[in-house]
Order: sequence, then C-alpha cells, then structure tokens
Amino acid sequence: MDLLARVWEFVARPIDRFLFGIAMAIVAVGVVTLFSAADQSAARVTNQLASLAVALAAMWVVANVPPQTIARTAVPLYALGVVLLVGVALFGVVVNGSRRWLSLGFTRIQPSELMKIALPLMLAWYFQKFEGRIGWKDFAVAAALIAIPAWLVKRQPDLGTALLLTASGFYVLYLAGLSWKIIVGLTAAAGAAAPFLWNLLHDYQRRRILTFIDPSQDPLGAGYHSSQASIAIGSGGVVGKGWLNGTQTHLDFLPERHTDFIFAVYGEEFGLIGNVVLIVLYVMLIGRGMMIATNASTLFGRLMAGSITLMFFTYAFVNMGMVSGVLPVVGVPLPFVSYGGTALLSLFIGIGILMSVQAHRKLVHS
Amino acid sequence: MRKLFGNRRRGRDSLGGFDGHVVRNAERDLFLFKRRLAIAGLAVIVAFGGLIARFVYLQVYRHGHYETLAESNRIAVVPIAPNRGVITDRNGVVLAQSHSAYTLEIQPSRVRDLDATIDALAELVDVTPRDRKRFRKLLEESKNFESLPLRTKLTDEEVARFAVNRYRFPGVEIKARLFRHYPFGEVGSHFLGHIGRINDKDLEKIAEWEATANYKGTDYIGKLGVEYSYERELHGTTGVEEVEVDAGGRAVRTLSRSSPVAGNNLRLSIDIKLQQAAEAAFGERRGALVALDPGTGEVLAFVSKPGFDPNLFVDGIDPASWKELNESPDKPLLNRPLRGAYPPGSTIKPFLALGALTSGKRTPTQSISDPGYFQIPGHSHRFRDDKPGGHGMVDMHKSIVVSCDTYYYVLASETDIDDTHAFMSTLGFGGLTGIDIDGEQPGVLPSRDWKRKRFAGRNYRDDHRKWYLGDSISAGIGQGYTAFTPVQQAHAVAIVANNGVAFRPHIVKQVEDVRTGEVRQVAAEPARTLAVKPEHLALVREAMVGVNKEGTGTRAFAGAKYVAGGKTGTAQVFSLKGEKYEASKIDERLRDHAWYVAYAPADAPRIALAVLVENGGFGAQSAAPIARRVFDYFLLGDPLAGPAPVAPGGDPEDESD
Repeated sequence: MDLLARVWEFVARPIDRFLFGIAMAIVAVGVVTLFSAADQSAARVTNQLASLAVALAAMWVVANVPPQTIARTAVPLYALGVVLLVGVALFGVVVNGSRRWLSLGFTRIQPSELMKIALPLMLAWYFQKFEGRIGWKDFAVAAALIAIPAWLVKRQPDLGTALLLTASGFYVLYLAGLSWKIIVGLTAAAGAAAPFLWNLLHDYQRRRILTFIDPSQDPLGAGYHSSQASIAIGSGGVVGKGWLNGTQTHLDFLPERHTDFIFAVYGEEFGLIGNVVLIVLYVMLIGRGMMIATNASTLFGRLMAGSITLMFFTYAFVNMGMVSGVLPVVGVPLPFVSYGGTALLSLFIGIGILMSVQAHRKLVHS
Repeated sequence: MRKLFGNRRRGRDSLGGFDGHVVRNAERDLFLFKRRLAIAGLAVIVAFGGLIARFVYLQVYRHGHYETLAESNRIAVVPIAPNRGVITDRNGVVLAQSHSAYTLEIQPSRVRDLDATIDALAELVDVTPRDRKRFRKLLEESKNFESLPLRTKLTDEEVARFAVNRYRFPGVEIKARLFRHYPFGEVGSHFLGHIGRINDKDLEKIAEWEATANYKGTDYIGKLGVEYSYERELHGTTGVEEVEVDAGGRAVRTLSRSSPVAGNNLRLSIDIKLQQAAEAAFGERRGALVALDPGTGEVLAFVSKPGFDPNLFVDGIDPASWKELNESPDKPLLNRPLRGAYPPGSTIKPFLALGALTSGKRTPTQSISDPGYFQIPGHSHRFRDDKPGGHGMVDMHKSIVVSCDTYYYVLASETDIDDTHAFMSTLGFGGLTGIDIDGEQPGVLPSRDWKRKRFAGRNYRDDHRKWYLGDSISAGIGQGYTAFTPVQQAHAVAIVANNGVAFRPHIVKQVEDVRTGEVRQVAAEPARTLAVKPEHLALVREAMVGVNKEGTGTRAFAGAKYVAGGKTGTAQVFSLKGEKYEASKIDERLRDHAWYVAYAPADAPRIALAVLVENGGFGAQSAAPIARRVFDYFLLGDPLAGPAPVAPGGDPEDESD
C-alpha cells in the first residue's frame, strides 16, 4: 500500500490537477463528438485515445523538467526548426500544392509544428537572458527571430500557420513589455498596407478570402464548408439535436467533420448550451494558464506560460470563428477536440510546460 | 518575495549591485506583466463574448432559417460531372468517347443485409456472378459513403422494372453515369490507356493539383497512356446543381444550376488505319513498333503487342480477367515501346559509325580486313562475325550494308566507352525521349560510371564494377549491357533521317476547346540539333539505303516503289557458349529478338520507325517486312504490298542480320 501511494505520489507530483481536469474535460467533449462525427465507428475514437496516451506521457515528462532546463533547449530547438524549414524549402515534399513536409525516409515531418513551440521558447529564453536591461534593440532582434521562421513558413505557402507563428511570437513580445506605441503603430501600418499585401498573396489565399466574403463563389470548395457549417450550427438551436442526431453531420453534408470542422458537429448536436459550456471550459483553461503565468518565479516561466495560454485561446477562437463563419477558412484544428495525433501531442506538451512552470515555482510568498 | 528575487538577481548585478533597486525593478516588472496579462484576459473575454454573440445569432435569431434549410428542405449541392473530352486520331476518327448509361448503385452504409439486397435485385435486373465479384472488390476498396455500381449499362426495361420496385430498396439507386468507350478495343490500347475509378492515390494527386472541388462528382480518372498524361485537359470543369432533397436524401427539385464545361478534345498524331495495318502486320507475334514523323516528332503509330482491351478496365476489371492479363507470359500489359529495353544488336551500327566519323576515329575510306573474328591482343577468345571466313576488306559503307561485326569490334577496341556514351547520349539513348505519355524507361547506355553504380551493391566485388575491354567489344555491336527501348530507337533514327535535328516525340497533335472552338497545337519545337557534319550524316544514310538495296534488307524491300534506308538487328536473348545458333532447335522464348530501324523516302523522309519482334530471330526476316508494310501503307496507301513476314524459327539461309 505504501509503495502504491509512493508511486501515485511520484506520478501526480508535477501534475496541476485543475489544469489537467479542464484539459481532460475538453478532450472528453472531443471524443464524444468524434464518435458521432465518425458515424459511431470506434476506429477513429480508438486512434484518438491512443494519441492521447502518447500525448499524456509527453506532458508528464515535460512537466517533470524544470523550466530552466526547458529554457536551455530553446536555442538548439529554434536552430533545428529553422534548419528544417530551410530543408523543407530546398527538399520538401509537396502535399496539396504546398511544400510543408520533410521526408525522413521512414516518416514525414512538418517542421512548422515544431516551430510553434520552439519560437516562443526561443523568445522567452532571449528575454530572460537579457532581463532587466531589455531595450528597443532586443525587440528588434526578437522581431527578426519571429520574421525568419514566419517568412519561411509563409513561402511554403502556408499563410495561416505563418500568422499563427507570428502571433505566438508577438504574445511573448507583448508580455515582455513591448511598447504600446509600437503595437498601435504596427497595427495601423498593417491596416494601411493591407491593399498592397493583397498583391503578395497566392491565388488560393485570395480565393479563400473572397470565398469568406461571398461563400457562393466557391460552392463546392471552401464556401461549401463554410455555409454547410453555418447551417449545421444554426439548425442546432438552443439545446441542439442531441448526440448522434445531427442531420447535417450524418447526411454527409459536413466536410472535414472529424478535424477542422468538428465544432460544427458539436454545435449541431449540443446547441447553444453546449457551445457556451465549451467556451466556459476554454475560459477556465485559459484562466488557470494565466494564474500559472503570474505565479511563475522567473521571467522565462511567465513568458512561456503566458504565450502558451494565449495560443490556446488563439487556436480555439480562430477555429470556432472560422467554423461559425466570422473568420476565413484557415487550417486550424480546435484544440483538444479535433481528430489528429500531432496537434494533440503539441497541445499537451504545452500543458506540460505550464505544469512544469507551476510545479517548479518557489512557493515563497511574502 | 524579496528574498527570492534578491537571490536570483544577485549573480548578475553583483558588480556594484544595489539589491533594493533591483527588487523594486523586479516587482515593477511583475506588476507590468500582470497588467498586460489582465488586458489579454479582457481581450479573451471580449473575443469569446463575440463568438457567443455569433452563436446566439446563428442558433437563436436565425435558428428558424437554418432549421428550414437543414430539416424540411435539405439543400444539397450536387456536382455535375463534365463530359470527358473525346480522343480522335489525326484524321478525326474517334478513339475514345464518353456516353451516358444507367447504372444500378448501392450505398453500402445504408443497406443492412447486402447479400439479401443483391439477391432481391437479381430478380429484377440481370446480375451476373462477374458483377457480384466486381462489386465485392469495389466494396473492399471503398470508403464508407461511396455509392458503388452493381450493374452498369442497364437496359430501359431493367430501369423501368427497378423504378417500380424502388421503395423496397432504400440505399439503392439508378444513376445516369458517363462511361468511356474505346471503339477500337485492343488496337492502340498502349498509347490510349484507359480510365478507371478514382482511388486514394489519385485523390492525393488531385489534391496536389488543388482540384479536389472540381473532381467532386467525378468517379473516373485517366490511369494510363494519353488518358492519364492529358487528364487535366480531358476532364473539364464540374458544374453545380443545388437541389432540395427529402429526408431520405433523394432529390426533390432543382433550385439552381450552373452547367459543367466539357473537357478538351484531343487530336492525336496517330493514324489509326496505319496503326491497324501495323498491328495486323505483327499477326500473333509479340513486339513493338514506333513510327515517327521525323520533321515534327509526331508519333504516327505506336504498337505494343499483345495489347489488351481498355474497355475491361473502365468499370473496374473483374478478378478473372485481371489475373489472365497480369499473369500471361506474353505480358499484354507491358508497354513494350516505352518500357521494354532490348539489346539493340546491329541496329546500333549506323549510330556508332556516325560517332566514329564525328570524333575522327574513322574516315569513310579507312578499311579493315575481316578474317571472320576479332581477338583482343593476348587473349584467345574469338569474338565471331556472323559470316564464317569474314567479309574481306570492309570500309564504313560496307560495314553497315553487310553488318560486319568485326569492323565494330575493332572500332570498339579503339574507342573509350565514355566517349561512345557521350555521343550516343546526344541521340537520346540512355535517357528519356520525353514522349508525352507516362512510364518511359531510360534503358541502358553503358559507361564506366553506369557500371560502377549498377554494381555498387554490397553483393558485388570491386572487379565487378570495373570496366573491361571485353565490355566495350560487346557494347560495340549493341550487346552486353546495352539496352534501348523501341521509342529511343525510333527517336534516334528520326534524328538521323531529319539531318540531325531532334524533335521530342509526341502523340497528341492538338488540343481543342469544345466551347470556344479554340485549337492549340502541340508545338513541334526542335529539341536540339546534333553536332555532326552533314557529309557524315549523308554517308551513314547512304549506307542505310544500301542495306535495303544490296544488304540485309534487300529481300524485304524488293520491288518497293520508293527508296528506304534501314538497318536490321538481332538481339541475343540467350547466350550460346560457342555453339552455333540454330533457331529451330531453341525454345521459342529464348530465340533472338529481331530489330529493324528505318526511314523513307530516303531523300526526304516522311516516316521513321523502329520495329522489334520478340523472339523473332533475324531482323531481316521478321522485323523488316513489318516495316515494309507500314511504309507501303503510309507512302502508297497499300497495306498488302511487299512480302509477308517470315514466321520465326524458319530457315535462316545465308543472311546475316
């Protein structure tokens, strides 16, 4: 008994129970919805649970590593990420018309996934290193650190991921105290430059934006996704059609319903109440993440925890916004819900970093 | 807090460090961080609030609207597949076209007991065991929601009988589908190719083209030949129909419709009558023929015998037919002109002669005395000539006309293989000719580098990788490692016939947009010009004319109303260690392959070709007469002139190849 208790103690020690509970609740929502979206086939659910097991193991390992050790991996991981992205540009495998994958012979990897963690890690490490004497030069360096991978990803072309990478880097800069003047200035500049940027976009990117403005332009492609998703959510009403009873879902109207559009299935079957519950769960997750960020003992921990938390928010917001038709269709999965092992793994590594920051804060309160 | 931050910072600020100041700074930083985080938190709340507002709009305010859309009138966006482009020969004769036919389709996910349903359907429409087997196969390969055809090409009566009983069969439907028909069956199957049901690999390719939406509603895609390589021209643009469907998913009425745009028509450079004449000339024999217009690179005929009926593949081939085609020792599915690499034998001689003239290794008048064999100095092995006793004094012209091996043994012994490789590459050997159908193989044009790579494996020793003089000698008469495809041979002969100007061979002559009537010619751009002197080319061509006048091709071209240049060749399949080759004594499949490369008319060539007859014995006997028939047909319009090809294994008489 004593041994069991000690093992339990060992396993549970780095786990932040509140954070873990919320994440698992969202995962449960995802698995339940997935079962319906997959037409009650157990195979996808089993797959997702297997990915979950791997992701949880990774989370536990990361949670056990002290933040300062994690910080030490920042430079090598970032450098590796940039090298791999350059490798993609030179020798990448073309899938769906974009060069995003790198073939390692036995498997293919998507280096932009690695960069999603490596970039905020690198920036947090950088600000920690020069803590106390951060000047505008450091922000310029940081901007370059963001721009390099973002540009490499953008030219794959994968504008969506490039923007998300930029966002993850920006969050670190913002939390590190980037001047409001610059933030406002950049926003204004971006707005003014928008007409020029339009010319730089790829055809498919323009098409997506035009489709977003007028879904009937592409009734078989992205516009179809968007309008079918709106019908699914809208017809769900306040209480939803009930689990496994979504007609849009089951009459095969809804595309990508396991992955990027799973939220439409959820919205159809669980209605407004379900949507609000899910948003509350995300708010709790984000709130806990922010608490961990404020309690962190180091600047690195604060910045990492803060930017990871804000990225969770960004993914959830962009995905739900896209599925409900207020944002253009970009390939962003709903965090902890969408089907897919890689996304689950990187999300739980993020959770692991939050737990590491929380577990290794020095509990000295004055 | 004070202690913590003080400790942490001391290291860095110990130089004149003032702890109190640092702590205040750290506390200020933390405060700023908290404020920033709080602002972000506010943004999160606002953003999520916005989303909830959107949900309220969709799910409460507009709920009625969407419920109507989803429940009572489910609007389905139904893609309408475009008509696939028609493929015709150069004279407009239809080689492949689509037609509409009724199919009986089952959506397996909506049927409880498949076997019982099929049995019940069999009472209404004719369902053969072959249909059942094919359906099973499709079922195994399909994804959940696909509607799979059980029977195709229903008769009107069958359609009517099912329509009356439709209520008994949920998940079973009659659909009008487009089918592909190849009216010439086996003729030309290897360049036409065929279409087949779209599989996962095809889907990946479609996604790469960013054409996924355009292929909704399309069940078939080009799998081989022109159907495959010109898929994107042939397919067309999918139309869209918005229809109301009832709760069972059946269409009730059409709301709006945008018509599909049919795919482009292809006009090939093939002359199907010439193709038929060429295929007929082969009879039951296996082999390949490629005929080109030397001045443009247009492919006039492209034969691979035996062929297969592409119509079998259109609705998914049944396992029995597949097994038969796939396991036949005659390999009817092998595209011999593109993928069959055969030793060129003596047909390589005119090209090597041209190389020797170009490099200066030989002058036209330089002669050797041929004793009937060649020996590497210091070795006892004799590389034999076909004529015992030899051809006497042989200059370059005679070496091609009588196909003197010894002349080329000597030439090879004096020429570095890498130089030979360099020159022969310019004729397109050892590489792809760039013909516009898929699957071309490069064959083997040996060189030192090639041998090193070929035997790089761990199972080989260093002396396996080394290039020997003996290797050069064998390569000197087109044997040993050397292997060319019929397309390469035809291409190279066309270059010689066209005074050294090389065109990329292409089967499609023009692409016609049905809607606008616009016609796009497939450009006949000269790919490159060979760096050879005109007088050298003239000499080689004269010798090739000599082959048909006084040499190995004389019999096949007796009485021809035009002058043709050519070269016969025999490719060894089976090595007889020193024994005399006697065709009749050897198993048919181990007999030599017969080659013939030619062009005509000699002064202004309009056609250049390569013929290969597998296990045909001597090129002069079985391959040259096929070329004669093709030339007669093409130049004179007479398919039956000239002597009939001799069956393999007959009396070789005294002709060498």
